[in-house]
Amino acid sequence: MTLTQYQQEMLDGRYGKGKALAMRVQKTIGEGFRAQRMVPITRAHVALSAQEADTWFARKLRDAGAQCAVPPTVNPGYCLKYFQQMGRVDEKSSALMRETHQVYQDLGAILTYSCTPYLFGNIPRYGETVSFSETSVTVYANSVLGARTNRESSASALCAAITGFVPEYGMLLDENRRGTVLVQVDTPLQGEFDFALLGMNAKRIGPGVPVFAGIKPSDVTTEALIALGAQLNVAGMVDLFHMVGVTPDAPNLERAFGGRQPERTVTITREDLEAQRALLMPQKYEQADFVILGCPHYTYDQICRAARLLKQAPAVVPVWILTSAAVVDLARSTGMAGQLGESGATLVPDTCVDEAPCWGHLAGQRGFTDSPKCAYYMRAFGVELDVTTCENCLALAAKGGKS
Amino acid sequence: MTLEFSCHTISPGQAEGPALRSKDPVLFYRTDFTTGVFQEEGHDLEGKCIAGKILIFPGGKGSSVVQADGMYKLDMAGVAPKGFIVSSLDTVLVSSAIIMEVPMVDDVDPQFYKEVQDGDLIRLDASAGKVYILRE
Repeated sequence: MTLTQYQQEMLDGRYGKGKALAMRVQKTIGEGFRAQRMVPITRAHVALSAQEADTWFARKLRDAGAQCAVPPTVNPGYCLKYFQQMGRVDEKSSALMRETHQVYQDLGAILTYSCTPYLFGNIPRYGETVSFSETSVTVYANSVLGARTNRESSASALCAAITGFVPEYGMLLDENRRGTVLVQVDTPLQGEFDFALLGMNAKRIGPGVPVFAGIKPSDVTTEALIALGAQLNVAGMVDLFHMVGVTPDAPNLERAFGGRQPERTVTITREDLEAQRALLMPQKYEQADFVILGCPHYTYDQICRAARLLKQAPAVVPVWILTSAAVVDLARSTGMAGQLGESGATLVPDTCVDEAPCWGHLAGQRGFTDSPKCAYYMRAFGVELDVTTCENCLALAAKGGKS
Repeated sequence: MTLEFSCHTISPGQAEGPALRSKDPVLFYRTDFTTGVFQEEGHDLEGKCIAGKILIFPGGKGSSVVQADGMYKLDMAGVAPKGFIVSSLDTVLVSSAIIMEVPMVDDVDPQFYKEVQDGDLIRLDASAGKVYILRE
């Protein structure tokens, strides 16, 4: 890989040890992927996690004097204020969250603590080269917005934010962005849960760039696209998908495949979706002790839907809805947050479902979520969830569970 | 008898240890962090100990965050694998190996895959782009 004079100077330490370390990591990645050069980025999103490895590496860069050339937005850790007030987090984990906050602030990050930066605070335009990490952010930016990013790790995105460059390979190159697998969807899709079920079929779809055909564009909401991308990356690894008549590089099949023939065709039927739905209820709970929504973070529209459902039938067990601080502010100013509170639901900002210190106490209780991704993560610390639609989750929350 | 194979450097460094092969992609998060025993249900490595091994596997999978955290926890407990030999690359695994300083290579001479057995002593010289099978 050839570096420019400026990039080489960074590597040689002319701009400090922190930038040199970030550049060395990126140069090694670039050579691994046989990149020819490094190209500038205009945005970054770092999947901060308040987990030990992430904070360790960020601290190493901070202590070496690194500053972000491109200030990145960041993923949620958890809202210390809320969980301390609940008496849920011990001193050791809250110290780690506080340190994570401090380290990222010192590096010059924009502490948005949201996994939906593409909705607020960090929205690339079509064709923009960026460095985005986080399971559902990369695929949304590539597929729905038409920006260009590899599926960065938290560490590689932080290095990119510090140097302002990324090695040019993979999703940054035209030839890798053409569709390769035709996914013929032979059933109408209703609501974002159907799109999540479609995403759960990632293994059947297999490796490559899927092109979804047969989906009615008027059935496709922002929330549906978020759910599809997230679940494709839980069940498999998909950097980019196209959807005919919906995403910017797929006005028609021919364009989506760049004039080539698909390498293979996969047909998804209603039976395939129902087979996934059956797998999502492993516990077969009949009652709910709690409901957790917002993985990825709920949009304002999803919050309004929850508020509407809960107004008809208020929750009698805890309902947590995770979202960004920006959406919490909006919901407060429109009165939606107050209405949710009266119906027994709590909006939690800045927080991820994948935070054992916050949610570990729920192990052994009967929980429901509308996100397969949420169930997958929480299982790692012993919280077993059944997954069903938002409507079903909230109906169960209204019925109650404590026997 | 020592068999030598060429490969492509991903994360530089040297390591030596017994080979352990996996047919399935690997996410290090579902491992017992005190013993290094792999726990993911239905996985080719389920119940096998990855501590000190040279892991031979197709590549990584899973979230951008927990892969690195899993490797970090294994390393802190002294039960991390010593090196990675993969056939396909993803940025998450590559960057995690680089920052955790685990030697890693890809694009190994296809003959290596025909020869190598679980338990073979492997010397991985990722910096030089060489893999050796060391047999008595």
